[in-house]
Amino acid sequence: MLSNLSLILPELVLFIGAMVLLMYGAFSTKDVTRGVDLGAMGLLVIAAVLALTQSPNGQEVAFNGAFAVDGFTSLMKGLTFIATAVAIAMSRDFMAREKLARFEFSVLLVLAATGMGMMISANDLIALYMGIELQSLALYVVAAINRDSLRSTEAGLKYFVLGALSSGLLLYGASLIYGFSGATGFGDIALAFQPENGQLPIAMTIGLVFLIAGLAFKISAVPFHMWTPDVYEGAPTAVTAFFAAAPKLAGMAIFVRVMMTAFPDAIVAWQQIIIFVSFASMALGAFAAIGQRNIKRLLAYSSIGHMGFALVGFAAGTQDGVAGVVLYMALYAVMTLGTFACVLSMRREGGMVEKIDNLAGLSQTRPFMAACLAIMMFSLAGIPPLAGFFGKLFVFRAAIDAGLYGLSILGVLSSVVGAFYYLRIVKIMYIDAPPEEPYAPMARDMRYLAGASAAFALLFFVYPAPLVELSELAASALFQTPAVEVVTSIARP
Amino acid sequence: MTLTALAFYLFATVSVASAFMVIAARNPVYSVLFLILTFFNSAGLFVLLGAEFLALLLVVVYVGAVAVLFLFVVMMLDIDFAELSEGFLQYMPIGATIGLILLLELILVFGASATSLEAQVLATATPEGMTNAEALGRVLYTDYIYYFQAAGAILLVAMIGAIVLTLVDSTSTRRQSIAAQNARTREDGVEMVDVKPGQGL
Repeated sequence: MLSNLSLILPELVLFIGAMVLLMYGAFSTKDVTRGVDLGAMGLLVIAAVLALTQSPNGQEVAFNGAFAVDGFTSLMKGLTFIATAVAIAMSRDFMAREKLARFEFSVLLVLAATGMGMMISANDLIALYMGIELQSLALYVVAAINRDSLRSTEAGLKYFVLGALSSGLLLYGASLIYGFSGATGFGDIALAFQPENGQLPIAMTIGLVFLIAGLAFKISAVPFHMWTPDVYEGAPTAVTAFFAAAPKLAGMAIFVRVMMTAFPDAIVAWQQIIIFVSFASMALGAFAAIGQRNIKRLLAYSSIGHMGFALVGFAAGTQDGVAGVVLYMALYAVMTLGTFACVLSMRREGGMVEKIDNLAGLSQTRPFMAACLAIMMFSLAGIPPLAGFFGKLFVFRAAIDAGLYGLSILGVLSSVVGAFYYLRIVKIMYIDAPPEEPYAPMARDMRYLAGASAAFALLFFVYPAPLVELSELAASALFQTPAVEVVTSIARP
Repeated sequence: MTLTALAFYLFATVSVASAFMVIAARNPVYSVLFLILTFFNSAGLFVLLGAEFLALLLVVVYVGAVAVLFLFVVMMLDIDFAELSEGFLQYMPIGATIGLILLLELILVFGASATSLEAQVLATATPEGMTNAEALGRVLYTDYIYYFQAAGAILLVAMIGAIVLTLVDSTSTRRQSIAAQNARTREDGVEMVDVKPGQGL
């Protein structure tokens, strides 16, 4: 029992801490929002450190195989928790100014992070569903947290209804998989379908497709992306910043883990689907963003496109590919949080502005913010030598090694199309004439966050080794069991 | 044996008939009452199958909570259900088609399916000499504690969410003050008045 608890320690700390913060907030007579925010960030940092230092040799499971910890889950959990903590740090000023400051917000974010941890470590279909629901339910609530705003409540409701639909698809797939393999544990499912047992039964393939549909919804990959622009636009900007980073990291992590540990031998069945989803996401992200005038909608399409790029590495199905996915997601999280630190600072006397045209002449009124945002845009576009370029380099190299030439070429082409709208923002900031009304100065936290992520994106190429090694270590954890060794030989005939 | 068969036909007939009445009744309150009757008879069917815990749950959860909630919604909201169901019959052809297809599929499934031996073993999962509730309780808090607690966490989030999204914390809300209630004495609350006959207060 104690060894079980030591494995779930990061989630346990988050969950118990969230309940303590909730009690503190509910029973104190004063407004304790700032204190609860600080407590929540502290909890998330502690949990991240616990998760990162936990990495055992090989895989360890707890609770009869429901929960697994290995190098991959440790790194992804650490990144997710840190991204959530940064999202809370960015939200504090914004929520107070928009009169949305409520202590439940950061409690819900901590509970969402608990769900993400459970989801990343899930080693069983039931545990997977439980983690996803815990995470999603908290996300639906924070999307609608500005309950007096029609757009925010609409975003929350839309997210909830579509999320429930995707959960239904996922459960339907899971029940088919359980019915035909007789097991819910990932390892047992993999054992039930060894290549020598012949072809994957057709019902199993259908189950796999439904499972992929449910997971693709969580990372907003095409064709399950429809909710993203509306939810990103409608939710308060601080909530959007959170949505763009941590849940995507967690969703991608469990997507890769389910496919690699539960269906290592069915790679032929799911590789096709991932290739299609990846290509469609990249193309839609590139083309649909061109017409956007609202920066949050634009970033929603940008995030759809970036999920497509990350999936390129996943489609390769190799250890290098998974390492590329991990690296890409880590860099993407930093870039998107940095971008949102700037978007959250797009504020004038009257309130927030969200139009891209409102950025005109920012280089003259707020040179620091313009510089940070420009670096982020260059990095998101994947222009060397910024960090975003290396993410793309690693996933495309893995795809080419695995022989996916078509997907790589299409990916590079959509990256070129995507560069158009990123560079247009830079053009508006640096070339267009400034408006009469200047922006309010950036808050101190935002300045540090935007500056730090811009510096990271700018200087990553100087010393990329630590993060690259970490992601390779994480990926190797998924390829340690003998059942998975088979995959590499299938993927590289 | 015959008694069981008799009970089965009784429960089955009443539940099918009352399920039909749920959609046929004009008054929505009658519909909800028929729904409760359906739940009770389904619970009876579960008892016949030896799943007394499920029967208990059906009565406690569905009759006790869900149906009563329905009843409240139906009676509280001023919805003209007769008007809502007007023109409902125009969807009859498509509804009948879907129903027919589903019926055919069910017949095909039951005609062609075979139950594997393993499934028959799994169907009698209850260990000897133990009730359903006891068997579930033994694994729920031991083998499945992780899932159980995770479900609890999800419900907690749902509760926080409902409060965050709906509770209006205005100054006009009158809250219960238990201390003030307990501190009240007979002298505070009761006043003896000598009323003259025929005058009133």
